[in-house]
Amino acid sequence: MSSLLRIDDLHVNVEETPILKGVNLEIRQGEIHALMGPNGSGKSTLAFAMMGHPKYEITGGSIEIDGVNLVELDPNERARLGLFLAFQYPVTIPGVKVADFLRHAVTNVRNPDRKEGENLIPMREFRKELRSKMEELGMDIEFARRYLNDGFSGGEKKRMEILQLAMLNPKFAILDETDSGLDSDAVRVVSEGVAKLSGDQMGVLIITHHERLLEFNTPQFTHVMLAGRVVETGDASLAAELHNQGYAGVRERHPIAAAEEEKAAEHVAG
Amino acid sequence: MTTELDAKAAPDIGEYKYGFRDSEDNYVFKSRKGLDAEIVAQISEMKNEPEWMREFRQKSLEIFFQKPQPEWGGDLSQLDYQDIYYYVRASDRPEGSWDDVPDEIRRTYDRLGIPEAEKKYLAGVKAQYESEVVYGSLQEDLEKQGVIFTDTDSALQQHPELFREYFGTVIPPSDNKFAALNSAVWSGGSFIYVPPGVHIEFPLQAYFRINSENMGQFERTLIIVDEGASAHYVEGCTAPTYSSESLHSAVVEVIVKKKGRFRYTTIQNWSNNVYNLVTKRAMAYGDSLMEWVDGNLGSQLTMKYPAVFLMEPGARGETLSIAFANQGQHQDAGAKMVHCAPNTYSRIISKSISKGGGRSSYRGLAKVAKGAHHSKSNVICDALILDEESRSDTYPYIEVDNDDVTIEHEASVSKISDEQLFYLMSRGLTEAEASSMIVTGFIEPLVKELPMEYAVEMNRLIELQMEGSVG
Repeated sequence: MSSLLRIDDLHVNVEETPILKGVNLEIRQGEIHALMGPNGSGKSTLAFAMMGHPKYEITGGSIEIDGVNLVELDPNERARLGLFLAFQYPVTIPGVKVADFLRHAVTNVRNPDRKEGENLIPMREFRKELRSKMEELGMDIEFARRYLNDGFSGGEKKRMEILQLAMLNPKFAILDETDSGLDSDAVRVVSEGVAKLSGDQMGVLIITHHERLLEFNTPQFTHVMLAGRVVETGDASLAAELHNQGYAGVRERHPIAAAEEEKAAEHVAG
Repeated sequence: MTTELDAKAAPDIGEYKYGFRDSEDNYVFKSRKGLDAEIVAQISEMKNEPEWMREFRQKSLEIFFQKPQPEWGGDLSQLDYQDIYYYVRASDRPEGSWDDVPDEIRRTYDRLGIPEAEKKYLAGVKAQYESEVVYGSLQEDLEKQGVIFTDTDSALQQHPELFREYFGTVIPPSDNKFAALNSAVWSGGSFIYVPPGVHIEFPLQAYFRINSENMGQFERTLIIVDEGASAHYVEGCTAPTYSSESLHSAVVEVIVKKKGRFRYTTIQNWSNNVYNLVTKRAMAYGDSLMEWVDGNLGSQLTMKYPAVFLMEPGARGETLSIAFANQGQHQDAGAKMVHCAPNTYSRIISKSISKGGGRSSYRGLAKVAKGAHHSKSNVICDALILDEESRSDTYPYIEVDNDDVTIEHEASVSKISDEQLFYLMSRGLTEAEASSMIVTGFIEPLVKELPMEYAVEMNRLIELQMEGSVG
């Protein structure tokens, strides 16, 4: 039976301000979902809240994988249950080699009950796998010896996220604007990478402003967020419409949410 | 990729095993507590020393009593010089091979993993157990090349001229109170002489160990690297955990002659009641290179500032230091670089970590004397503070009596950011693992300079320090 990620009436505050106001979403393993919406509609907030960033306070609702509620769990516990977030802005960890970090991460995610200090997966086995995954993604093996995201270009950082996705092989992956800041060649590389990785064993939520990432990863579902809620769900043609025409149509169809959006924008400006 | 090593290759330090102690019944000689002329004379007598050394010790003792207790650095108010044993000898004579070393001492070393380490690539092992060297070996080819690697007491007996020519020339007893103390009661330590043009490819290693409560350890190390020669000396220290104070006050003198290269690597992990007050200094002559690599963990108070005096044009000096101050610990560490000649170069890189209310201070001096034009000094000190209770200070001293010199000083203080923690945790690492990884990365630029097994040990020591850091 395929796994199910279910978000039910999710409310999230950031520094006391409500950002998500009841988000509902269901993703099955093997499905590709696009999540679109104007700036400030809550897409990245949803991504961070799902992964468990401490700044994003869940005030109501639930996030479940196969019935297990994630809301009270630490990010590492969520990762071990099969959730992955590809960051829009990956963080630099100076002095930590990509290979060392990944070996630790892979060990934990594959052995969810591992205690601190227990053995890591064997070096040889890990290296072999890392090497083959890097070749698959067209990455230079030298990357493994570099410090994590330290001095990486924008494109290199995004590729590093995809490499981590490949090594951790989660049940559900959230890609938070993985295409932002990339030139079209880099977007193609990333898109192809995701297309290769996401088979029927991975559910993918692609957060994007653009259609580019979706060319290689045709979504079965497209969701549109406005003012902290998912206001519409459609198929790939909805993504194409938003790409061509922007969000004016969505705002017209959802005047109440559009008004809230405007109010929130004034609040920020004020 | 040293941190990827299989843990099995390293000494097993998964738990704090170094807190064990052996029974003290087997000691051959132990002086009474306290410090006076009689005790010092007794040490000379036990060691059957020449007259000049007897006088040297007595004179040093006078200097020690005259010099006031330093009031800068750390808190020394609890240190009672009269409540310490100044000389303990655990075995009658230095042993030549591992099999001859007494069982009990061997067991201790086994637990520290020394034979294992030796099997790999040690050239010679000088293991200091209490105040004397009880075990030493040196590869034959080194001996043939004229290299001397022995304990300092033996060197005084066997190489009297060479010894007397250099002993006390880099750090005279009058240099500071602890140098005077060491000069009065020194015992053990390493003596190394590398003849001109000889290159020792593998590190010479020494393990030091304090095992007797209230026993000061005052090793004295003298190293001469002759013209165009090169060597790397490594010492690691672990100490058992004790309830009352222990004093460690070493003096290390190094002379690097023209075009010589020398690196001195130390990892110290003292138990929390040790006062670690060490004077380390090198004289670097024309176009030579002297490097100190210094890792300080544990102890109640460490005051240590490895120095390089750049004596002739083209000399270079470098200090890389790591300090980890945990609960109840004060690491007052840094470096001194003194440019005495033109076109000399120095670099200090210092990384400190404070945790659990620990305090680490960087204290460093970059001095350019008159006439040392076109010299360059570069200082980088980075501090990482892991919680609100901990503390970090920086005391950079810069003295320049010259134009045409370049002095650079960069300092940073940072904390582990929430974003870094979240990123690593989102990949399955626990908060403790993530913090530990960030700290390991912070010191990586220094750890990668260590011999492989020391790098592994250093990283595991850091992991141990980080355990239980997250509530």
